[in-house]
Amino acid sequence: MTVTLEAPEETPARHGLLRYAAAKAGGALLSIAMVIVATFFLFRMLPGDPVRALAQGRNMTPEQLDLERARLGLDKPIPEQFVHFVTQTLRFDLGDSYEYKRPVIDLIGERIGSTLLLTGTALVMAVSLGIWQGARAGWKPGSRFDKFSTAISLVLWSVPTFWLGLLLLMVFAAGVGPIPGVFPTRGISSVDKPDGFAGVLDVAQHMALPCLTLVAVVYAQYLLVMRSSVIDEVEHDYITTARAKGLRDDDIRRKHAVPNALLPTVTLVFMRIGFVVGGAVTVEAIFSWPGLGQLFYEAIRVPDFTLMQGTFLLITVSVILMNTLADVVYHVLDPRVRSA
Amino acid sequence: MSTLTWVRRRRAISRFWADFRTHRAGMAGLVILAVAVVLALIAPLFIDSGVTNVVSGTGAKMAPPSLDDPLGTDESGRSVLLMIWWGSRTSLLIGFLAALLSMVIGTVLGIAAGHFRRWTGAIILGITDWFLVLPSLVTALVLAALLGGSTATIIVAIGVTSWPSTARLIRAQTLAVEARPYIERSLALGAGHWHITTRHVLPNVAPLLLASTTLEVASAIVTESTLAFLGVSANKTSWGTMLRGSYDWGAATAGAWWYILLPGLCIVVVVMAFTLCGRALETVLNPRLRTRAA
Amino acid sequence: MLELDELSVTYRIESGDVPAVRGVSLSLGAGEAVGLAGESGSGKSSVALALLRLLPRSARVAGRVLLDGEDVLAMKWGRLRSVRWSSASIVFQGAQHGLNPVQRIGVQIAEPLLVHRLASPDKARDRVRELLEQVGLPAWRSRSYPHELSGGQRQRVMIAMALACSPQLIIADEPTTALDLMVQAQVLTLIRQLIADHGISLLMISHDLSVLADVCDRLAVMYAGRLVEAGPSSGDFRHPYSQALAAAFPTVGDPASRLAPRGLAGDPPDPQRLPGGCAFHPRCPVALESCSTVDVELRAAGLDRTAACVLVGD
Repeated sequence: MTVTLEAPEETPARHGLLRYAAAKAGGALLSIAMVIVATFFLFRMLPGDPVRALAQGRNMTPEQLDLERARLGLDKPIPEQFVHFVTQTLRFDLGDSYEYKRPVIDLIGERIGSTLLLTGTALVMAVSLGIWQGARAGWKPGSRFDKFSTAISLVLWSVPTFWLGLLLLMVFAAGVGPIPGVFPTRGISSVDKPDGFAGVLDVAQHMALPCLTLVAVVYAQYLLVMRSSVIDEVEHDYITTARAKGLRDDDIRRKHAVPNALLPTVTLVFMRIGFVVGGAVTVEAIFSWPGLGQLFYEAIRVPDFTLMQGTFLLITVSVILMNTLADVVYHVLDPRVRSA
Repeated sequence: MSTLTWVRRRRAISRFWADFRTHRAGMAGLVILAVAVVLALIAPLFIDSGVTNVVSGTGAKMAPPSLDDPLGTDESGRSVLLMIWWGSRTSLLIGFLAALLSMVIGTVLGIAAGHFRRWTGAIILGITDWFLVLPSLVTALVLAALLGGSTATIIVAIGVTSWPSTARLIRAQTLAVEARPYIERSLALGAGHWHITTRHVLPNVAPLLLASTTLEVASAIVTESTLAFLGVSANKTSWGTMLRGSYDWGAATAGAWWYILLPGLCIVVVVMAFTLCGRALETVLNPRLRTRAA
Repeated sequence: MLELDELSVTYRIESGDVPAVRGVSLSLGAGEAVGLAGESGSGKSSVALALLRLLPRSARVAGRVLLDGEDVLAMKWGRLRSVRWSSASIVFQGAQHGLNPVQRIGVQIAEPLLVHRLASPDKARDRVRELLEQVGLPAWRSRSYPHELSGGQRQRVMIAMALACSPQLIIADEPTTALDLMVQAQVLTLIRQLIADHGISLLMISHDLSVLADVCDRLAVMYAGRLVEAGPSSGDFRHPYSQALAAAFPTVGDPASRLAPRGLAGDPPDPQRLPGGCAFHPRCPVALESCSTVDVELRAAGLDRTAACVLVGD
């Protein structure tokens, strides 16, 4: 039997990956461009004069309305507005907020840290829990653990985020009946914010309820996706081979089923980031968490035209960027695609 | 359409019904739905439409459940029970119509994306994917805020932000259907786009569409209540608006648990019913899913 | 060294019980190669999986599987896990998803060594190189992923993996089915050579009689969950089913076989609805009246051969 002694070829994988990333980045730029254009038209071309919509509930004289219109540049011809908008946006100038009388970009800069803290923590927890539980449930479909997990997911899927937040607020912050409230009801830290480690604990205490709400609503999806991914993997022969090799059941799940099931799950997790963002906005609104979501919510309530436009733009662009990142990361992780 | 086709269709429907009956969860969901819809429809026989009027409240303000008001009262003394009952009409109606709108857009674009090859199909698919990435709640909020939150605009806001997932599903089905040999035969006989999509593709995607719509209604109800809660809906009667009231008037800190728990519970029950029903429909209509464990 | 004693496998599904294997008895000596032939649904794959208790939980297994005198079906869990792969290993079809797509080949081959603590990680690496060499693959392939290999190469990896713990028995379930004919020949030659070199017993399962006849000393034919014939691979078949199966493959270059009628009408019976009497009688070209009511056991049918047919035995 002849043994081939060829040397391993120079893998063109690196070049392939760069080319793929470049293509994806191009796609992302196109999407972002479309978002900018869509935002422009959304905020100006919809039926119903946006300034009048803004004036709802507020007593504004026609002169004040005209003044506002001029301030927003809405009295100029559309093409001129469009050029102005695009150039300003590309310079990261998102206009001034009506309510705060400050540049929108500054407001965003102040708030984004809090949002990243809350959403980031919640995502990490939701993904970990969802994947762990989903893997176990999918490994033994029909078992009590599986039925229990699927039932919980179904219920959490049906529960509106804001209602769960309200309930938690009522039970844990305000207290129900004889049980006193344990957690604060709003904000990111107490008025008399302590320093150092005590300060961190204070923030953590404030973050507990909003984080819990966000995790509860989001993790169910990850559980279900991971579960069906694992069920798909178990059908394959290599799992039977692993059993035949004498591995323990848990080891087979951990070393063989889960890594394979993880890949499509991670992709789906990132594809549904829009859902998490919606949940974050709701949670920040209810718990008055001073983040980007709450800023957006305020902009809608006031209503503050430029702030709404600016935050909407930023949120949407972030989602697109995260999606693109996820795509590229998936390509790096999956060996089958890496060398393609 | 020939009688033979209808006979076949009728037989398929009775077979489907026999299958569906075996899914306990799906049947439970269906029963709950039926009860909810009936209650919503007969509400005007028991309740005067002025029940939501702030001055109509007869009970004590923020009172716990009692014999007079079995589910307690809100901040204006209105009975929570009557408000929930009356509000079911709004929530269900908006849910149905928004899902319908989403389905129509999704089906049209989905079939178009699957049917038309090359540039047209690719562009439609690209637009669908782009919409899919947009955060739906955030976009719906903006739409509702800018259009003024009337019932119609809420329906539009939800419909316009939830169609992409349906479109992808329908597109996949369209591609599968059009791969079948009889389509090729149809084309050879000179069938046009309209004929193929309406006479061949549409009847084949219809079952999946039914399951999808049911799930979509569930999602629409949640979105509508969220939009109402966040204050962009001008609607005064939906369950979301009630919960908004509970938040604004500090029901949580006042310990008025009935005001918070009960409207929300209704949302959860109705949404779960639609979801169970929709999932059962999916399992029955999609044989591939049936072979899955559990 | 392997003895199956009235092995039965029944699957429990919603619509009832499915008797996939109905009392199969077989024995395999050390260094012997036995082929198990049959169409899809005959139960042969269930037999293979039953040997190491790899069937799903819904399956009920009865009978005995004696591996070197020990009944596998009665083993405690810990003992079973230690026996798996070290005494007997399996080669599946490498084509589809027989190998873990996200693990390198070398890791997968070394895995049983590490699980059974037969080698340290360093020694295991050496052993992997040695095994790859034995199956005709270059050592650097241990860093490849399954998708980087061809079907034939993947099958060789499966074989190398099966040899890792130097087992006494290898069970090969359709090892060449998805391969091109030329590659198939190469893999069969490799298998023949390896079992001869190492004195390993082989139980090969296939629907292709010619493949089995090539590698195995003895052949057993299964139909509807039972053995209908067993004997040396060099002799002629006596059971009508085996004869039909053998005749289904034309002999290349023989003009007579080109035009001769081939194949059997009908399909294998549904295990939940087996015909009365001899399970084969509906398709049997020489069935008698009594065949539809009287079942028949394996009986002597010539030199070292048994067949389950009333027309056999003299």
